[in-house]
Amino acid sequence: MPRTIIEPQFTIEHLSILDSEGNLDSALDPAIPPEELKRLYRAMLLARRFDERMLRLQRQGRIGTFAPIKGQEAAQIGSVATLRRTDWMVPSFRETASMLWRGWPMEKILLFFSGYLEGGRPEPDQRDLPICIPVATQVPHAVGLAYAAQYRGDDAVVMAYCGDGATSEGDFHEAMNFAGVWHVPVVFIVQNNQWAISIPLKKQTHSRTIAQKALAYGFPGLQVDGNDVLAVYAASREATERARRGDGPTLVECVTYRLGVHTTSDDPTKYRSSEEVAAWERKDPLTRFRAYLEQRSLLEPGLEEAVDAEIAGHVQAFEAAGPPDPLAMFDHAYGNPPAALAAQRAEMAARLGRAPQPETGAPPSPPMRGQRRAWPS
Amino acid sequence: MAKLNMVKALNLALLQEMERDPDVLVIGEDVGVDGGVFRVTEDLHRKFGGTRVMDSPLAEAGIIGASVGMALYGLKPICEIQFSGFAFQCFHQIENHVARYRMRTQGRFGCQMVVRMPFGGGVRALEHHSESEEQFYAHIPGLKMVIPSGPRNARALLAAAIRDPDPVIFFEAKALYHAAKEDVPDEIETMEIGRAHVDRPGADLTLVAYGAMVRVAREAADRLKEEDGAEIEIVDLLTISPLDRETLTASVRKTGRAVVVHEAPKSFGPGAEIAASIMEGAFLSLEAPIHRVTAHDVPFVGFARERANLPDVARVVDACRETLSF
Repeated sequence: MPRTIIEPQFTIEHLSILDSEGNLDSALDPAIPPEELKRLYRAMLLARRFDERMLRLQRQGRIGTFAPIKGQEAAQIGSVATLRRTDWMVPSFRETASMLWRGWPMEKILLFFSGYLEGGRPEPDQRDLPICIPVATQVPHAVGLAYAAQYRGDDAVVMAYCGDGATSEGDFHEAMNFAGVWHVPVVFIVQNNQWAISIPLKKQTHSRTIAQKALAYGFPGLQVDGNDVLAVYAASREATERARRGDGPTLVECVTYRLGVHTTSDDPTKYRSSEEVAAWERKDPLTRFRAYLEQRSLLEPGLEEAVDAEIAGHVQAFEAAGPPDPLAMFDHAYGNPPAALAAQRAEMAARLGRAPQPETGAPPSPPMRGQRRAWPS
Repeated sequence: MAKLNMVKALNLALLQEMERDPDVLVIGEDVGVDGGVFRVTEDLHRKFGGTRVMDSPLAEAGIIGASVGMALYGLKPICEIQFSGFAFQCFHQIENHVARYRMRTQGRFGCQMVVRMPFGGGVRALEHHSESEEQFYAHIPGLKMVIPSGPRNARALLAAAIRDPDPVIFFEAKALYHAAKEDVPDEIETMEIGRAHVDRPGADLTLVAYGAMVRVAREAADRLKEEDGAEIEIVDLLTISPLDRETLTASVRKTGRAVVVHEAPKSFGPGAEIAASIMEGAFLSLEAPIHRVTAHDVPFVGFARERANLPDVARVVDACRETLSF
């Protein structure tokens, strides 16, 4: 028997609409209304300035460790902006821009990074999962949400974020495989920011692109210039529309760059050159989008100041709020808590000088010490 | 009322819970058309179709991870992990997410789901098909860990687990699947999770067991009564976590002596927590050190040596005699 080709060689598209000077490829203009363009820029700027502010707060010891987003604003805002309020957003741990877009108050984000779980509680009507720290483990959750949406006949779409490092994890592949087999309305946004802490992409995968991994699971994958908000928006819109009309999942690889540290505990000068960082700074998603908006006279005057004032107000409100009650740690471990947990709570309440829970009846009195009984009697 | 073995009893619980609640789904490897490798999900696929009884790809993390998403949406997935020995491939999903979602989101989301797994020895099976790993799950805050000991309580506890707002790890002793039939009521029956059951009362010693070891405990108690005239009280835990310390303590306050039996290895096993709880709750009643009869602290030994490794009636009888004569 001869060798036969069972599938043609694949190709992967790369989409880029704005060049690094902000010039539009008009043939690819995604025709986003001007008001929406302004909203996108404001959100990117707000995320950048909030990120910078958080970094200062962290350096001053006013919040704990966090993962800055600098450089990834277009990848996040361009994608999340294509969701409806009733869709689901599943973040990893570096999606502050997406979270702000989805309505997470800055106070909550700051509270979360100050070590309080209260900051990770989505509002009752908010269809967002909280920050997820173990890499790629959130991706199958998105597939399950999408399955559930389909099961309930709800037309919601689920958008899941992960990074290039996550694509080496088994959970990423299991999720992609389940999504393909189940044909569910999910969009995977991979922010390929070139580095997983100190591991560069070439040590992470031998694939030419991350987008092509989708093809093995039977659904489309597309690579976009992740620092070009118009390209990310166009690709994400295509993907969410595909999902919503029942045509299954899409993987969008956003080629971007983490301009800052992995987390505030990281020192990237150990593993990458300042020349490399400088080259990516020239492709900054904000400067490029700003240049484009300037060309179209869509830049609002005083925007920086307005955004900074908004951030300052939230930081002030965050710092004015007192610390949450330590006893609250017992409130949400279980829906139906075991008796032993109530006893532990009472013990802690007593240590805090609070009244313990009322006793239910007198404790039974054990026999006196030394009253050993012999057996057989 | 029908005489059912544990497989049929579990199947009845699944069927009735799926009939009463359209949010209940079954997902796992071979649970659909095949009805599960132990036939626990038999006929459900035919009755409810493939969107509710889902033959998943062969990927444990995918099964649990996707089920987390479904549970966050408000569905109530019942996941089958084909053998508990394979659950380490989804252990991270269980520990990192199933157990913690309610806490992490401060009550906004919870994972109302059940993870069923056959566990334990006694069926001459290969490695990863015979182990007992309940201690790993019992140790994780946020989870409940249930192990029935017979058809009727298996059915009632599974129904309760499906309705529980918290995630429940539900271990089914393979040795019990076809071991005995019991009268199981036709109408829905549930049992409270977190409650141990005094399987038989006795004044002289408390014998704590669960799962397939309850059978061993009963035989040992019979022999001790016959040969020594000892009245053994058997406490069938049914729920490992949260542990019913109240029932354990009350029993030992009465008997003054306790022996714990489990198939899991001894060190850091459930027996240690049970013994510590008895110490805390009934120290002044204790007449003898608490004895543990367990598997040895060795990895899987191969089924040819399994009998020598797992607790049997002779070892339990010896441990009880030692405790009684201390």
